[in-house]
Amino acid sequence: MSSSVAKAGGAGALPPAPSATPRKSVIGTRPWVAALFLLPALVLLGALVVYPIGYSVWRSLYDSGGSHFVGVDNYVDIFRDDQTLIAVRNTAIWVAVAPALCTALGLIFAVLTERVRWGTAFKLIVFMPMAISMLAAGIIFRLVYEQDPNQGAANAIVTSVHDAFTDASVYPKARPAIGSDLKASGGGSFTTKRTAQAGTPAFLPLVGIAPDKVPGSPQDAKAASTGGDKVTGTVWLDFKLGGGGTKGAVDAGEKALKGVKVEAVRGGKVVASTTSGADGTFTLPKAADGAQLRLPGSNFATAYNGVEWLGPALVTPSIIGAYAWMWAGFAMVLIAAGLAGIDRNLLEAARVDGANEWQVFRKVTVPLLAPVLTVVLVTLMINVMKIFDLIYIIAPQPSQDDANVLALQLFLSAFGGQGNFGAGSAIGVLLLLLVLPVMWVNIRRLRKERQR
Amino acid sequence: MTALDTSVRAKRSLAARIASGAAGGALRAFLLVVGLFWLVPTFGLLVSSFRDPTDIAASGWWKVFTAPAQLTTKSYQSLLEKDEITHALFNTIWITVPATLLVVIIGSMAGYAFACMDFKGRDGWFMAVVGLLVVPVQVALIPLSELFGKIGIFGSIIGVILFHVGFGLPFAIFLLRNFFAEIPRELLEAARLDGAGEARLFATVVLPLGGPAIASLGIFQFLWVWNDMLVALIFSDSGSQPLTVALQQQVRQFSGNIEILAPGAFISMVIPLAVFFAFQRQFVSGVMAGAVK
Repeated sequence: MSSSVAKAGGAGALPPAPSATPRKSVIGTRPWVAALFLLPALVLLGALVVYPIGYSVWRSLYDSGGSHFVGVDNYVDIFRDDQTLIAVRNTAIWVAVAPALCTALGLIFAVLTERVRWGTAFKLIVFMPMAISMLAAGIIFRLVYEQDPNQGAANAIVTSVHDAFTDASVYPKARPAIGSDLKASGGGSFTTKRTAQAGTPAFLPLVGIAPDKVPGSPQDAKAASTGGDKVTGTVWLDFKLGGGGTKGAVDAGEKALKGVKVEAVRGGKVVASTTSGADGTFTLPKAADGAQLRLPGSNFATAYNGVEWLGPALVTPSIIGAYAWMWAGFAMVLIAAGLAGIDRNLLEAARVDGANEWQVFRKVTVPLLAPVLTVVLVTLMINVMKIFDLIYIIAPQPSQDDANVLALQLFLSAFGGQGNFGAGSAIGVLLLLLVLPVMWVNIRRLRKERQR
Repeated sequence: MTALDTSVRAKRSLAARIASGAAGGALRAFLLVVGLFWLVPTFGLLVSSFRDPTDIAASGWWKVFTAPAQLTTKSYQSLLEKDEITHALFNTIWITVPATLLVVIIGSMAGYAFACMDFKGRDGWFMAVVGLLVVPVQVALIPLSELFGKIGIFGSIIGVILFHVGFGLPFAIFLLRNFFAEIPRELLEAARLDGAGEARLFATVVLPLGGPAIASLGIFQFLWVWNDMLVALIFSDSGSQPLTVALQQQVRQFSGNIEILAPGAFISMVIPLAVFFAFQRQFVSGVMAGAVK
């Protein structure tokens, strides 16, 4: 029922049945007529729903092949096997977090949209994901959560916020050309062996980036002119498409590397620093004369690549986020309907008594909505226990074990190559046991309605 | 009453009115941001489905804002040229339509019997059906796969349909019984006294009056079956698999398959979204019927 809208409705705590209890008919119905009307439904329900319950209970007591009676071993294994234990833990997390999150969002949206003229349009947008399949929602969010900031919107936002507050490294993959004077000097930085002399432009050639992959729109590099008593030089990409050119010399068509930090170091101390310009040239003050030139490691640090949304640590919270996107609308619509039924005079009375909006919400609105909130929570809990599609689609293969839940584990045990119908049946029965209290409450409520 | 109103209003100072105006602005801004937040994920996939595979690999979908020329229907064309996709789309229809019709017909017959007929054990049977409402499909996956295997319908459209009918019926009977119970008994009694049989009563009185509830149910069952992946994943084979299963097979290589997955997801979403927008009211009332009233 994982992708089922209908089930969402059907599965939860039930509404009171109409009070119009059928009275005795004057004529009465002949039993065989009633049987005829009921027969197709009862036969199908018996064969397709009731029989499987019984069979599952029986089958769960046998081993994977079904030939050996193993008692409750399959149930014990659920709580002993590491993989299923993660599934149990994650299902508990899902049931504890997702319904509460959806209900809270739904409550906030329902209360706030009441005060806005285009509230209906807003509700329509938030409610819309309920109509689509969990497969489609899964694909939508798989794209949102893609690791590469050039693909996934979530990381595109995270990295651009991150880069706005920190110095972005400029050329993560660049390294000095072989044969150049630049040598690695620890911490990812490169330092010249020779000292820089004022009046002799320094050449700092780098390679490791394809000329057409240089970020921005790079200009052609220019050999620095001699700058009097200042130290000058050029940082550039000593390579051009198609090859050619002299190594270590600025050839026509080779691209400048703009924004590279250059430091002058003497005796381990930075005496001057600057960054290269658009044509790759840089100028250091007189103090740099006779110092070594260093390109600090920050120029080459790997770029911040965003959050690992679908990695082992965050995969479950991320998928819960996708679930909330789908189901907050369900909570919102039900709560909004409940809100419409509240006596406005009660809220107004509280306001007249001097309560502020927060107090009215907290002390009047929420308590009045308590029955609706309970129904929403219970319905979502039942729905969440059976969650399968979203996790199956969104969690990438390497994280699947970390995102595992009971419904997924049942599928993997029984149909994922292991073919262990005993273990699968035990999980199925466990899921049924978990919803049994709600079944009981539903029937009891119905019976009460009848007696009235 | 009016006097009270004005006195209350007079108490609200100018400052309070400015404060509430600012709060209203903040509220609108907040809802606007949330609304955008809700739209962006879908929009991103929609845009991606209209981009060239090489563009998809090279940059994020938001680049179309600066390069609208990237938009193309190429992905859709090549997707619809794939036989397994069009075949799966037809399978989705062949599964969904019968599974919906059967549930509506069988469910309304049973709902009618429970609501309008008197027979021994009626309430007990109905409560049993209500009890089945919350049974998770997972319980039936293993038993029915074995049962269907034995009678030779495992891996066929018929098996998938049967499964959906079985698990659609409890909600159908519950919803329709409650709706039919509100049909005035006098109407039925009068027709019965006139000599109308139950079958005629059902067809000429109950079904027409039950229109709205049947519409709600039909929409739900339709969406549920159309959107299902789990049942079809197990009970269909490569020849009978619906679109959801065909697409699911491409997910493992996600970033390499966006040009299949994005348009595929949208093709599978078009019908549910059209149904959603066309029948909003029935959709919402169906949600209500299942939860609160």
